[in-house]
Amino acid sequence: MDWKRFGFIALIIIVLFSVVVMVGQAKQPPLLIITSMLATTIAVATPLTLGALSGVFCERAGVVNIGIEGMMLTAAFFGWLSGIYTFNIFHLPPSLCIVLGVFFAILTGAVMSLLHAMLSVTFKVDQIIGGTVINILAVGLTGFLNRQLFFGSTSVFEGTVPSSPGVLPTIHIPITELFTSVCGSSAACIQNVEAINRVFDQKPIAMSAIILVFFSHYILFNTRWGLRTRAVGEHPKAADTVGINVSYMRYANVIIGGMFAGLAGAYFTIESVPSFEPLLTNGRGFISLAAMIFGNWTPIGAWAASLVFGASQALLINMQIFRDVIPPQWSFLQESYIVGLTPYILTMFILTGIIGKTSAPAADGVPYEK
Amino acid sequence: MSESQIVLEAKGITKQFPGVLASDNVNFDLRKGEIHALLGENGAGKSTLMNLIYGLHMPDKGEIIVNGKPVEIKSPNDSIAAGIGMVHQHFMLIPVFTVAENVMLGDEETKRSSLDRASVAAKINEISKQYGLDVDPNALVGPLPVGIQQRVEIVKTLYRNAEIVILDEPTAVLTPQEAEDLFRIMRDLTARGVSIIFITHKLKEVLAVADRITVMRAGRVINTVKPSETDSAQLANMMVGRQVILTVDKKDHEASGDVLKVEGLTVRDQRNLETVHNVSFTVRGGEVLGIAGVQGNGQTELSEALTGLRSPNGGKVTIDGNDLTGKPPRVITEAGLAHIPEDRQRHGLVLSYSIADNMALCDYYRTPFSVRGVIQPKALDENARKLISAFDVRTPSPFVNAGKLSGGNQQKVIVGRELSRDNVKLVVANQPTRGLDVGSIEYIHSEIIKMRDRGVAVLLISAELDEIMALSDRIAVMYRGQIVAVVDAKKTTREQLGLWMAGAHVETV
Repeated sequence: MDWKRFGFIALIIIVLFSVVVMVGQAKQPPLLIITSMLATTIAVATPLTLGALSGVFCERAGVVNIGIEGMMLTAAFFGWLSGIYTFNIFHLPPSLCIVLGVFFAILTGAVMSLLHAMLSVTFKVDQIIGGTVINILAVGLTGFLNRQLFFGSTSVFEGTVPSSPGVLPTIHIPITELFTSVCGSSAACIQNVEAINRVFDQKPIAMSAIILVFFSHYILFNTRWGLRTRAVGEHPKAADTVGINVSYMRYANVIIGGMFAGLAGAYFTIESVPSFEPLLTNGRGFISLAAMIFGNWTPIGAWAASLVFGASQALLINMQIFRDVIPPQWSFLQESYIVGLTPYILTMFILTGIIGKTSAPAADGVPYEK
Repeated sequence: MSESQIVLEAKGITKQFPGVLASDNVNFDLRKGEIHALLGENGAGKSTLMNLIYGLHMPDKGEIIVNGKPVEIKSPNDSIAAGIGMVHQHFMLIPVFTVAENVMLGDEETKRSSLDRASVAAKINEISKQYGLDVDPNALVGPLPVGIQQRVEIVKTLYRNAEIVILDEPTAVLTPQEAEDLFRIMRDLTARGVSIIFITHKLKEVLAVADRITVMRAGRVINTVKPSETDSAQLANMMVGRQVILTVDKKDHEASGDVLKVEGLTVRDQRNLETVHNVSFTVRGGEVLGIAGVQGNGQTELSEALTGLRSPNGGKVTIDGNDLTGKPPRVITEAGLAHIPEDRQRHGLVLSYSIADNMALCDYYRTPFSVRGVIQPKALDENARKLISAFDVRTPSPFVNAGKLSGGNQQKVIVGRELSRDNVKLVVANQPTRGLDVGSIEYIHSEIIKMRDRGVAVLLISAELDEIMALSDRIAVMYRGQIVAVVDAKKTTREQLGLWMAGAHVETV
């Protein structure tokens, strides 16, 4: 394990949390601030985590995927749209519509990545160009359909956005209930347990993202599929000479990656807010690539890096909550554009390789020629 | 051996690649427990034939018979199933995987869907013990020496129960000691019933280990002979198709004054380890000073420091009295250096440039190649045509990319560019014939001797003791970054040099 890297990640997260605790302790007890920060961090890191996993699968198989942003955006749109269609036109129950929305988001990610796989594996197009094509296509396609469907009196829905089936519910993990007997009648104890409980009460995609991190790690490093995937990304010819179908492995992993990106897309419009606006992914696909690199192309490392970005976003959100108690000498923290820069500054900082060199799979981005 | 059964037979194999008939009605057979050498120059069709047998390509015509049964080999899976294993010239190993992971790749053992590394390791240890192939299953492959990596490749084939093992140019990357080790392993394998096809272009090795030798040239089988019935000269003639002079024709030549003078040179490598310690020597005009030594004893850093590719950390280098210590390559080149670098593809050529451009790499900025900062294509073209014919580069045109040429022709492009310049006073040739075929080696050797006879000083660095012995007037032996001996080439023996190279103590320097 790369302790230097994880130590650095922990350090940044601690610094970000400390800032919030320092500013907010006038208003709330530190434990409450820390737990709510943690809960937000985990939630907002979800699309980054899933995006980074998407990148890990593609690039471990040797296909660079800078189209994650576009795949997320398209999946967010079509996942949301399918929810609306099934809810308003087929009149299905809302919970079923939401689940169908998630399914269609994943499917959309898969279809977009199939395009990327065809471009980069079959037609051996430069993979950066291929990814750029996906991103441009995603912006154009979602923007166009959004306008055609919902804007103006001539659009399909005649200028109104029909009601969506809603968002995925928070799943309550009954920690408080378990500890009530332990706490007895101490109200402070119950309050603390409730505060801690908030960290674990997450929505389904956020929870599955964490499970998928460890599952992916197991798949990549402990199974036949993972060994072959990494072989194809490191030295495709060596894999070919022992009878592994390089194209098949690359296609399959790019599509798996696309499905992760699709689930990340579903987070935006089905788990977080039930609406769509053009460009709503707002660069998160690219930040997840940075997280993947900083995590040295490992699922757990990428997750840890995603949490850093999540924490900096949580900082931004909390600074708005504590706006009125920010001391004058810290007043710059009120400026959302300064705090909002944190993830991007961190990205640049991390990518300079100050914290140890990362090493990409050797055949990453190189089409395989027999 | 002649009575043992035939385990592999290729009949009438023909394969056409765009522009080349790579395999022309080739017949080949392999008997159980023999080492059958396949000898030929680069591009003779040896590797093509083996790639066809291994399923990396499909033949246009012909059939492959394994153990008496015709088999259709469409992919490596089919050949692995038929008991054929191949050790490729460029190892098919993944540096970031462990030995066990590399060995099991494609044929993984799993326990409840997890990779079963322990049982694979046990199987590797068993193979190691049985065949004397010592490898650590849990070691990462990347940092292993090439000799060990090659063992991993052999273990890989045995793990898949291969009874026929194809070794493609296995000695090209090995030191003499490692090669000896490989030959021992090969004999052990055949003693246990494994049959080996040994592809090479080195005559000595073939005569030393093969039971039968098949010579190929231009996609055809020329002949199959037994080592007892032939000799190097005859094999070389069959390979090249003409009389080849294996010994270098070298007349005595009077050396003049010192040209290259190296005093107390100390060099560190990129890991900041001192790999050349306080080295001093001189090379006189009209002589060849050979630097012998097992690879990795500081030769690379020494030649880089002399040619300006690396700054020395101490000492002084002069050419004809000019102090050139730590000067950039262009200054040293203009002072009269011709450099044939160790890695021709990385330091000798720009592979994506044409031959014509490559041939002007040292002088492109001067007239006639440049006039007022503008490159003159006509001058480049003329220069290239002149050198292509003078140095016998086999190419359809000067506009072909250097990367498309064979190793021998690439080296001729470099030799042509470097040795044709008019102010050359010193030639530094590092491994000038590594990986080349007999014809090219003969040619490059004669060019080096020509330079010497013109009064140029030549510093020859080579890990091939035969090459050092054949060309040098004086021989310096390098061991652990130091020159441990400098001797007259006529007054020493292979054995003596070998001892010095291995670090034996030297009384008189």
